[in-house]
Amino acid sequence: MTLASLSPTLADREPVVSLSGVGKTFSNGTVALENLDLDVFPGEFLSLLGPSGCGKSTALRLMAGLGRATRGEVSIARHDPGEHRGDIGFVFQEPTLMPWATVADNVWLPLRLKGVSRAKADAVIRDSLALVGLASFAGAYPRELSGGMKMRVSIARALATKPSILLMDEPFAALDEITRFKLNDDLLRLKAELGCTVVFVTHSVYESVYMSSRIVVMAARPGRVVSTIDVDAPMPRSESFRATPRYAELCREASAALHGAMAPDDHL
Amino acid sequence: MSASTDDTPATSGPSRMNAARLAAILLPVAILLLAVAGWEAVVHLNEIPPYILPAPSQIAATLVKDWPVLFGSLLVTLRITFLALFAAVVGGVLLAILFAQSRWIELSFFPFAVILQVTPIVAIAPLLLIYLEPGTAVLVCAFLVAFFPILSNTALGLASADHNLRDLFDLYGASRFKQLVYLRLPAALPYFLGGLRIGGGLALIGAIVAEIAAGTAGQGSGLAFRIIESGYRLNIPRMFAALFLISVAGILIFLLFTALSHLLLHRWHESARKREA
Ligand SMILES: Nc1ncnc2c1ncn2[C@@H]1O[C@H](COP(=O)(O)OP(=O)(O)OP(=O)(O)O)[C@@H](O)[C@H]1O
Ligand SMILES: [Mg+2]
Repeated sequence: MTLASLSPTLADREPVVSLSGVGKTFSNGTVALENLDLDVFPGEFLSLLGPSGCGKSTALRLMAGLGRATRGEVSIARHDPGEHRGDIGFVFQEPTLMPWATVADNVWLPLRLKGVSRAKADAVIRDSLALVGLASFAGAYPRELSGGMKMRVSIARALATKPSILLMDEPFAALDEITRFKLNDDLLRLKAELGCTVVFVTHSVYESVYMSSRIVVMAARPGRVVSTIDVDAPMPRSESFRATPRYAELCREASAALHGAMAPDDHL
Repeated sequence: MSASTDDTPATSGPSRMNAARLAAILLPVAILLLAVAGWEAVVHLNEIPPYILPAPSQIAATLVKDWPVLFGSLLVTLRITFLALFAAVVGGVLLAILFAQSRWIELSFFPFAVILQVTPIVAIAPLLLIYLEPGTAVLVCAFLVAFFPILSNTALGLASADHNLRDLFDLYGASRFKQLVYLRLPAALPYFLGGLRIGGGLALIGAIVAEIAAGTAGQGSGLAFRIIESGYRLNIPRMFAALFLISVAGILIFLLFTALSHLLLHRWHESARKREA
């Protein structure tokens, strides 16, 4: 499918982030992205699905304004750049916590940089940590947490500013399935509450179908978009969605698209 | 929103004083005592005269007898060491921060710091003595040797802040000043403390070496001067007593900065954390 087949409600609206003809070549000569066209529309939950090394992280970073595209244009609509950047929540593929600060202080960081005092931020910090199930670890240091717990702190930090765009790079990859499902639901609920736009990188076909309103499948060498799948199931979704025939059908479709995108030597 | 599967930290058991840690203290002490006892025995059995090799007991007696003189000299040496170290910390950290602001500044000035470092201090000291008061010259020498490890370690630390974290700070529109204070300085702290530990030892060495170089000028009154003076008078026990005090001062400086390092890093940095079994 192509952009033209998008539901009219989406295509009519101004994209929040738009990449057109974007290419990214790293200084060592690696061509990470080539001629990438991708629009992110307000309010959608967009998943990036693709083999390892196809440029998902690179594309996500460009959407946040981190790093410059070598070719093409990255535009972030109807915001001046300064304002927009403060309005983004970003979850890196690695936890990226400050090892010298406690969990609570790590979550405080985005607010602190905006000039919010620790006392004033306290309620927000506690809410964010409760959301990811780490309320009782506020005083712990990142060293003392497991990989999945660190990742959840990173998510709590991204949520602390209640961003209007949430960019997440495989946030749940290090979690067990039960926690992952729980956080999937929490994220969907939160997205509905905040009314934010989410771009979500994942390796899991099932996760992408469960969460997204649209799935973009990418292929590697060079990184590009090969197909787009609209997930037309209605949005307040719950566990029962996983049992529907439509879910199974979409999973098969996404899986097929992903296989099509993979070169013989690619890995998920 | 609430989480039903909230994790709670498990409480840890009381920490046991383990045998390995006790041994790490007792073994070196036992060996030291044995060596001192052996030395004492050799001196007494062979009836070696004190002007050739004094017995430990006689060195101890000298230490007590000459305490007012030696302690005064110890204070002079320590004062020079810490003043020099303080100047090196201020200078080294400020210059490292300056280097971190621009690649060009670093490229222009770093070679000079290296030149100062690789030129042996004993060779500089006589020159400094021509231009400066002996006391100031000694201080400058001690500063010069302590300065470089602090500068280079801090510069390395400032540059080593996680790139993703720097991106995150950019994303939230943090000013350079906030990046420095909240990200780069904390990231540099372990490196700085490493430099401080080396610099502390070097400042003491610098103070001693420079004073020995200046010693013939007869102006000094630090421990190095006492050693030279006692040598002229063939007061060998006092030479040993002064040497003993220098070693003790060096050990105390090392322990002081090791403790400071542990205090500041033990919650979060790999170097100061116990490795789990
Ligand atoms: N800083 C960099 N310097 C050089 N090459 C890079 C850099 N970052 C990424 N690359 C290259 O760009 C390509 C895309 O990397 P990217 O991290 O975007 O992949 P990805 O799709 O996120 O992979 P994964 O699913 O494994 O996280 C890879 O071939 C990688 O080797
Ligand atoms: Mg990636």
